[in-house]
Amino acid sequence: MSRFFNATIQENVPVHANHNLLTLSIPEGAPAPLPGQFFMLQVSRGSDPLLKRAFSIFRTTQQGVQLLYRIRGRGTEILRTMKEGAVLEMLGPLGNCYPNPPRDKMPLILAGGIGIASVFPLIEKFAGRSIVFYGARTKDDLLMKDKAEKLSKKLFISTDDGSAGSRGTIAAVLSSFLADPHSPIPDCHIYACGPHPLLRAVSEIAERHGVTAYVSMEEHMACGIGACLGCVVKTRSGYSSVCKEGPVFKSTEIVW
Amino acid sequence: MDIAVRIGSLELKNPVMTASGTFGYGEEYAEFMDLNKLGAVVVKGLSLTPKEGNPPPRIVETASGMLNAIGLQNIGIERFIQEKIPFLRTYDTKVIVNFFGDSVAEYVAAAERLSCEEGIHGLEMNISCPNKQKGWCIFGTDPRVAAEVVSAVRKATRLPLIVKLSPNVTDIALMARVAVDAGADALSAINTLTGMAIDIRTKRPKLANRTGGLSGPAIKPVALRMIYEIFSAVKVPIIGMGGIMNADDAIEFILAGSSAVAVGTANFINPLAASEILEGITAYMKTEKIDNIAHLTGVAHET
Ligand SMILES: Cc1cc2nc3c(=O)[nH]c(=O)nc-3n(C[C@H](O)[C@H](O)[C@H](O)COP(=O)(O)OP(=O)(O)OC[C@H]3O[C@@H](n4cnc5c(N)ncnc54)[C@H](O)[C@@H]3O)c2cc1C
Ligand SMILES: Cc1cc2nc3c(=O)[nH]c(=O)nc-3n(C[C@H](O)[C@H](O)[C@H](O)COP(=O)(O)O)c2cc1C
Ligand code: FES
Repeated sequence: MSRFFNATIQENVPVHANHNLLTLSIPEGAPAPLPGQFFMLQVSRGSDPLLKRAFSIFRTTQQGVQLLYRIRGRGTEILRTMKEGAVLEMLGPLGNCYPNPPRDKMPLILAGGIGIASVFPLIEKFAGRSIVFYGARTKDDLLMKDKAEKLSKKLFISTDDGSAGSRGTIAAVLSSFLADPHSPIPDCHIYACGPHPLLRAVSEIAERHGVTAYVSMEEHMACGIGACLGCVVKTRSGYSSVCKEGPVFKSTEIVW
Repeated sequence: MDIAVRIGSLELKNPVMTASGTFGYGEEYAEFMDLNKLGAVVVKGLSLTPKEGNPPPRIVETASGMLNAIGLQNIGIERFIQEKIPFLRTYDTKVIVNFFGDSVAEYVAAAERLSCEEGIHGLEMNISCPNKQKGWCIFGTDPRVAAEVVSAVRKATRLPLIVKLSPNVTDIALMARVAVDAGADALSAINTLTGMAIDIRTKRPKLANRTGGLSGPAIKPVALRMIYEIFSAVKVPIIGMGGIMNADDAIEFILAGSSAVAVGTANFINPLAASEILEGITAYMKTEKIDNIAHLTGVAHET
């Protein structure tokens, strides 16, 4: 079964201001996606917009795969208008995945904004076992908060404007959690996805506390399969492609 | 139906190849397409020693096109020979190695090294890169420098030598003549057109390198005109490329004067593009009752 195929839209519904949940049925026999992997979608048949858009796998359900996306520019604006039954060219699942933590380690899962889409499969996988840190701009930008709450052992929330949870960045919440001498589990693994500055902060905090962290990076992409070398990030071993060698990297591998 | 084409002494079973830098080292696309179907695989540009490339962001989408500033990142010729050639040799297709250097001596050394390996059937010389000795001016935009580097490489290899022209010149026909006079067996055109994009929010260029190379459908009319002019200027075979997305585009390039075509940015949109383009070309030949692809080359010039 090829990783390049046609997918049919089952559902494309708004979940919040500027965010949609897209359910796609994919051909039988398509490889099952792993947490942290992503798909690329061709949102137009013509040549403009030209390139595919990358979206993390949010969930896999009976109906197909679900993607959670923020309407951001031309491509996602077009995607928003697409109706049930529409057929899209799709490439994936692509990239590596979040590695499993050793048995004795507690997963700490951190998301900034739409980064929740990428880490959500982990929250499901470690249901009842993980501590989740979730930050967004405002209360209205928090997606799937109730689900995350139900699935986690504990959920910390922050917003930039303080409209929900604590005010400020979610990195600050993680930092005080790890600094607390009563914090129940000093022995943990961090998994994070979000904007670059947030991931850099998480990486610093993790290093300070001697905790292993995995971060999922973003870069502009063309091919999605490691052929064009367009999507690189700087790592200790030179430039690495986000689409093939990533998107998940050990935080200490990245040259921030 | 005869769809085989000759590029100097190199015989390709069909006219469709891949454009350097858009198809990795071939293996990236093998999962999607039967590489045996290709006339040739042209691999990512190689240099004597590995190159790190430019900092990100390296690509920006533009209207019907994209800008790239990869900065010629590559694993270097030695690793290519060790790690990639054995894989490519398992296929029944020609392997053309695109290469470059930052001095004449480096071009020559690269060509010599590539010429003593089994499994490499032709060399494509990318002259759209900076010349360290001459204050980083581009080899392919100064006729004298281009003549010097092409004739030096010509002496260093017996493999079919394809010179890939830079479109960032005033007179492409002149550059074509210079390359042929210096010993090129064939020409490929066009490489990307230099361009840029600016983020109006940050008020800075979108690419870390500031400028990049434009490719995709946006450049097709310019590329086609250049092929048309090169065909009038020289007698050697031309490999046409620049925005070819489908068979109709490819046929336009052949009618303008190309003997073969290369599929570039289209691979990113459709990893099966090259094989679909070949099918479309043969379907066209059937409906047009053309039994030899060579009869199509340059037909647009007939009056
Ligand atoms: C591995 C990966 C996973 C992602 N997962 C999700 C997800 O689950 N949900 C979600 O909403 N978004 C996700 N993104 C970001 C998403 O790809 C962009 O928001 C989207 O491409 C924007 O397209 P646009 O046409 O609306 O925006 P425009 O700004 O008009 O896009 C112009 C160009 O820039 C590229 N681009 C713009 N923003 C980004 C970005 N942040 N990252 C990469 N390329 C970008 C576009 O792909 C396009 O080529 C992911 C990105 C990557 C790399
Ligand atoms: C991401 C990317 C990388 C490229 N790398 C090379 C290269 O290493 N050497 C080279 O000669 N041309 C390179 N090119 C140019 C292409 O081979 C081709 O000439 C150009 O993109 C025009 O064709 P297209 O519009 O079909 O892509 C590159 C193009 C792209 C888009
Ligand atoms: S998008 Fe082409 S290498 Fe990653």
